[in-house]
Amino acid sequence: MKERVRKTTKDEQQADDAELETTDIDTSDVDDLLDEIDEVLEENAEEFVKNYVQKGGE
Amino acid sequence: MANSLSPPVLGTETEFGITVRNQGDFNPVTASSLVVNAYRRGRRLRWSMEEETPERDARGDRYAARSRAAMDDFLNAVLGNGARLYVDHAHPEYSTPECLGPRQAALYDKAGEVVLHEAARAAEASIADGRRVGIYKNNSDGKGNSYGAHENYLVSRDVPFGDIVAHLTGFLVSRQIFTGSGKVGAENGRPRVGYQITQRADFFEERVGLETTLKRPIINTRDEPHGDPKRFRRLHVIIGDATRSEIQTYLKLGSTSLLLRALEAGAAGSPLLLSDPVSATWQVSHDTGLTQAVALEDGSTATALALQWEYLERLAGFAGSEEDNDVISVWEEVLQDLERDVMSTADRLDWVAKRRIIEAYRTRDGLAWDDPKLKTLDLQYHDVDPTRGLYDRLVASGRIRRMFTDEEVRAAVNDPPPGTRAYFRGRCVDKYGAALVSANWDSLVFDVGESTLRRVPMMDPLRGTREMVSDLIDESPDAAALLANLGGAE
Repeated sequence: MKERVRKTTKDEQQADDAELETTDIDTSDVDDLLDEIDEVLEENAEEFVKNYVQKGGE
Repeated sequence: MANSLSPPVLGTETEFGITVRNQGDFNPVTASSLVVNAYRRGRRLRWSMEEETPERDARGDRYAARSRAAMDDFLNAVLGNGARLYVDHAHPEYSTPECLGPRQAALYDKAGEVVLHEAARAAEASIADGRRVGIYKNNSDGKGNSYGAHENYLVSRDVPFGDIVAHLTGFLVSRQIFTGSGKVGAENGRPRVGYQITQRADFFEERVGLETTLKRPIINTRDEPHGDPKRFRRLHVIIGDATRSEIQTYLKLGSTSLLLRALEAGAAGSPLLLSDPVSATWQVSHDTGLTQAVALEDGSTATALALQWEYLERLAGFAGSEEDNDVISVWEEVLQDLERDVMSTADRLDWVAKRRIIEAYRTRDGLAWDDPKLKTLDLQYHDVDPTRGLYDRLVASGRIRRMFTDEEVRAAVNDPPPGTRAYFRGRCVDKYGAALVSANWDSLVFDVGESTLRRVPMMDPLRGTREMVSDLIDESPDAAALLANLGGAE
């Protein structure tokens, strides 16, 4: 299946996010880990996600 | 009362996602082949398909008559730990050896991550500088493509397949609350969602069927026992996620195995039948708050959590062995914690651990759900390279509990489990690899320089154990001696 690129306006995006937001998650336990993750996270997220295409398997 | 009509023999097969960094146009088949080829602790062997019957249908002949996939030519290695490492479609795949009990199966499943990591590093030596082979233990690329993590349970042939379908469907749908490894977004036309519990749920479209690659069924009917078909069937469960948390893999395998053994013993009670299991599959997966109820055929409704409490209660009375009871206690603790505060299971469940990281990034960086950074976090959770995988970061910082020590995992990478025929397979690969020409789950074929090849059948998964064959192997300096000694012993 081709990747679908969906363009949305900022307002639409915010509306979508509000709709998808369900609960407040307490993340305090991992907040101090994020800097460490930043260092190993793929530098170009957009490129990485775009290139992560798998064929179906099984 | 505990009852064990057939021993709990089980294992997993995992197809890994693969990328080559800095090479957008990489060929996944070539890359997978490089990885399988590069692994040094195995032996390249032809995988004999003569005895394999993946097209046989558990519901009987009227469903058969399908064309066999041409699988003979796939690159294949058999490992010293009795596992199989090969290229399946466009993925590297690792099948654990046959294991006894869920703890051992979870250990060999974890060993597979090490195997793939080491194979990928070795493969990088043969490709251009700066290109990194990424291996991901997940089940979806987020673009509508899924690849499997299958569980296999040896089940007595005496259990009618219809009973398995009736009892297992509601169980598999509801167990997702502790078997999921989490995913950003929805796929395959399912309703939009920010985050969901499983990688796989969106892809299930049928109740029962033989397919694994399209119109995936909740209950797969592949009837290929890799053993005596009069005594056994191998239930092939395709609906689970690949899990990195050891406790989660253990719980997934242990709870399912317990239900199947209760079925064998006629101790599973009456089945909990869902009205619409296919819709319930994605509904449960999309309900990260665990509050939505699904409809049952009797007109009542229940949440996945309530259904799991019911299964737990029934099986607690059936559990007999020390391991059974341990599964029950891990299961009970997970359900209690999910009920009290879902996030409190972040130390055991991949989907919860990953969600917490993703939510922390959303809060810190103000990211929308479709921001590529969130999908990157999602994917990188599953990277089997311990320097990169977010799962490994959580383990290293004590935020995810382990079941196994590094030494136990290393031993499982090197050595076969002692209690099944995998022991014989692994030791033969290790000691007589040069004389082997092909292998399968239930046979090994040797070339010892005679005019014909010599095939050693291994139809019973519980023969060829350390107890039965270690002396024989120790005393046989080469394959010819082994075959001569086997001839005397059989």
